[in-house]
Amino acid sequence: MSFLIGENMTGGYGATNILNDCNISVEKGEIAVIVGPNGAGKSTAMKAIFGMLNLREGRVLFNDEDITALNPQDRVRKGMGFVPQTHNVFPTMTVEENLEMGAFIREDDFRHTMEQVYDLFPILKQKRRQPAGELSGGQRQQVAVGRALMTQPQVLMLDEPTAGVSPIVMDELFDRIIDVAHTGIAILMVEQNAKQALNIADKGYVLVQGTNAYTDTGEALLANPEVRRTFLGG
Amino acid sequence: MENILNAFVLLANFIIIPGAAYGSQLALGALGVTLIYAILRFSNFAHGETMAFGTMVTILFTWWLQGLGVSLGPLPTALLALPLGIAVTIGLILICDRWVYRYHRGQRAKPVIFLIASLGLMFIYNGLVRIIIGPGEQRFEDGQRFIITVREFREWSGLTEGLMLRSSQALTIVVTLIAVAALFWFLERTRTGKSMRAYSDNEDLALLSGIKPERVVLIAWVLAATLATLAGVLYGLDKGFSPINYFHLLLPIFAAAIVGGLGSPLGAVAGGFIVAFSEVLLTYAYRRFLSYLLPEPWMPEGLVQFLSTNYKFAISFVILVLVLLIRPTGIFRGKTI
Amino acid sequence: MNAATSKKQTLLLFTLMGLAFVVVGFVQSWSLSLTIFNYCLIAAIMALGLNIQWGYAGLFNVGLMGFAALGGMAVVLVAMPPVEEAWSAGGFSMLTALLFVLATVIAAIVVYNRLPKGRTRNLAIAAILIIGYFLSRAWYEPAARAIESVNPAHTGYLGGLGLPVALSWIVGAILAGCAAWLIGKITLGLRSDYLAIATLGIAEIILAIIKYEEWLTRGVKNVNGIPRPVPFEIDLQQTEWVRDLAVRLGSTAPEVAALTVKVAYAGILLSILIVLMWFAQTALNSPWGRMMRAIRDNETAASAMGKFVKGRHLQVFVLGSAIVGLAGALLVTMDGQFTPGSYIPLRFTFLIWVMVIVGGSGNNYGAILGGVLIWFFWVEAEPIGLWLANTLTSGLAADNVLRTQLVEGAAHMRLVVMGLVLLLTLRFRPKGLLPEVSARRH
Repeated sequence: MSFLIGENMTGGYGATNILNDCNISVEKGEIAVIVGPNGAGKSTAMKAIFGMLNLREGRVLFNDEDITALNPQDRVRKGMGFVPQTHNVFPTMTVEENLEMGAFIREDDFRHTMEQVYDLFPILKQKRRQPAGELSGGQRQQVAVGRALMTQPQVLMLDEPTAGVSPIVMDELFDRIIDVAHTGIAILMVEQNAKQALNIADKGYVLVQGTNAYTDTGEALLANPEVRRTFLGG
Repeated sequence: MENILNAFVLLANFIIIPGAAYGSQLALGALGVTLIYAILRFSNFAHGETMAFGTMVTILFTWWLQGLGVSLGPLPTALLALPLGIAVTIGLILICDRWVYRYHRGQRAKPVIFLIASLGLMFIYNGLVRIIIGPGEQRFEDGQRFIITVREFREWSGLTEGLMLRSSQALTIVVTLIAVAALFWFLERTRTGKSMRAYSDNEDLALLSGIKPERVVLIAWVLAATLATLAGVLYGLDKGFSPINYFHLLLPIFAAAIVGGLGSPLGAVAGGFIVAFSEVLLTYAYRRFLSYLLPEPWMPEGLVQFLSTNYKFAISFVILVLVLLIRPTGIFRGKTI
Repeated sequence: MNAATSKKQTLLLFTLMGLAFVVVGFVQSWSLSLTIFNYCLIAAIMALGLNIQWGYAGLFNVGLMGFAALGGMAVVLVAMPPVEEAWSAGGFSMLTALLFVLATVIAAIVVYNRLPKGRTRNLAIAAILIIGYFLSRAWYEPAARAIESVNPAHTGYLGGLGLPVALSWIVGAILAGCAAWLIGKITLGLRSDYLAIATLGIAEIILAIIKYEEWLTRGVKNVNGIPRPVPFEIDLQQTEWVRDLAVRLGSTAPEVAALTVKVAYAGILLSILIVLMWFAQTALNSPWGRMMRAIRDNETAASAMGKFVKGRHLQVFVLGSAIVGLAGALLVTMDGQFTPGSYIPLRFTFLIWVMVIVGGSGNNYGAILGGVLIWFFWVEAEPIGLWLANTLTSGLAADNVLRTQLVEGAAHMRLVVMGLVLLLTLRFRPKGLLPEVSARRH
């Protein structure tokens, strides 16, 4: 059984269904990437797994437990981490304060976790007394990921982490994400930059109109001529 | 040399000390307004009358204590009554939030609706204060009135000009320093304080982080009520209590908060002093001051007063409009328009 | 709410309101009922002006008293006879001072627009303002002193132009409208709560000028004996038909005279209200009105239209303020005196807001109903409150602390009651008694 499973998910924000019988799953230490054309329901699928919208059909399983009824805050308590696409830091607060807020629901001493985050993202340690809003785009994203890691989640979900970021910074971010996966955390990522994302993916989900179109390893998808033709520009 | 000293004493007596005291009072008031704006995102027009209410309760408790023969020596008995006044005001504010604002929050109403509601509350508080304590002026200070009297100073220094420091002025400045320090310590160094700054910064992310909104709102109101009562009592000890006074303070307080940057506590404090000193500097008659510095033939005619004291609040208003037009986010960049 | 039910509701509520006046007439006195009625009409006109700003465009104007005071001041400046001596003493010096102020402001604006941003421009504007300030002051101070020393007990000011009082109403509206144009140009880009604070501040400044510039308005010494559009009661008492009517009604000549004057005022006010209402309704239902409301309801689209919206808002702001100014002028005429000290900014502004919100924002009939209803209760609250206080404590001795507190407090109770009314309306009936009628057909 996979660690995190979104099973037969059907639902949307209003009356219409954006997702139609969508299936996503991730293992611990694995990087799963969701790609697809615009409006395919990538972000929606992830938000459904996180509990930000109600599913009409289907369920979400976390470590064999059915968490479909839980709200996002409770899912964070269970061990899920979520990095939104935008507005994902506290801009007037320092980097260190952002991390502190990430650990808000913890009642134990989280300094060890903070050190781990600083080890993963050395630039954050360097700039830890600077307000997060003053950092560059790539550095801000690192703060956002670091913040989500402070609860020591078992699953980390990222919504288009490289949106609006330069290619060099994107590579660096992906390197970091691989480092995070190596610590044993399951990574689920929605990405617009399909090629680069599938490159680092253990598993890839291509969604079209809310349904699974192709599911395979990242490598296989990149080699798949259909996939290449329709989404990767040959 | 003596002329320069005299001129300086004049400045201290009529500008520096009153400006610092008034600035402290405005700073405390502006802090309350700015906190509510940062957390609840609306301009609370009822803040002035909250100050009046808090002061009124403190006065009633003060009279009761005075009646029992309790006194605090050189310090005003009102200080003993202050915690009681604060407690009752907090109670009132929380009830009003529960019955009035909470509904509109649930409706995701526009900020204008909260403003109108705060206008309604303003009138209810105003009416209550007038009914309970009457519309006239009330005095409630006791204890030692002066720390330095004019005569004492003249005897000590040998100068013509005398310096006066009222205990209410010194008290205002000291209490404000303590309160501001405490507030900043709370916001910058405690987990709860940081969670409030986080909530003000990015509400959605704060909720995601597990920060409980109702708790943040509660603490914001508690702080606002405390600051309002403090500001009101200090102002009342210094300048006398009368229900109409606190309504007139609303405009300078908002000017101070906006000048500093609505939503920025540091801005509220800075704004308070800027507005206070502007008012004092522009309405002071400099004739006597200049007479110590300029030779006789150079003395200008008239009082050398820029604006009549009648237009005092016009100054806060002009500052306000200038800030809103030139730099709406204020000095310390509060929440943007 | 569709048009048919709203018409029925409107009719019903207005009839009920009319009944209230009849009750007052019987229980207290007809004179009182008519007096309240007249003031209610003026309140209704003010509410109408505010409704045009809030209901059509969503503008949160808290500076109403400033415009009303300008209207009142216009009556003084237009209808009162000029004080010749004051004019010769300081009139022309004062005009020179005002010209300097105007020149300074214009020069500053021209420099602001012509020169590029930077140090030179800032220095130039600062220099203009400083020089202008001292020049104007040099002429202003002696002029003000001279004017105010001319017979201070009776005049001490420049007086007016001695023109018919009805003209002053129009001038009042225009004056308020011009002030609104200036103020609107500066402040209308601001968001609603900042606009509220800004308009409040401006009203305070206008009121301060009116209160303290005694050479202009006599300030707190007030101006009495304002000319009226209707005959004086004393003159009426002497006429034949009044005496005959008095005999027939079993009343006295003075009383009939008083009633006649009040009815005359009511007639004038009603006519003005009807004309205004006609204009307002036509505007509301015109394409212009629909566009205004569309802008109001869709802020994002509105912000994309930028300057265009600002222009429309300015129109609405000027119109609404002009109407408030007119009401202010009518008020002063009916009072027969101009009392700058009575324009307590937040209290009456607040009342008019309650009128609009309770009556129905966006609906002109609602504004009028709200105006009449709220003013009626504001005035009647004291007698009703006193009656209640006395009845409830009738068992207690006359000097019982609770009783005296309640009786004294009755006057202030109305503040609490009005606040409660506003809060309850906001919560339970946010659209008001007569909600806005949707332009779309069902």
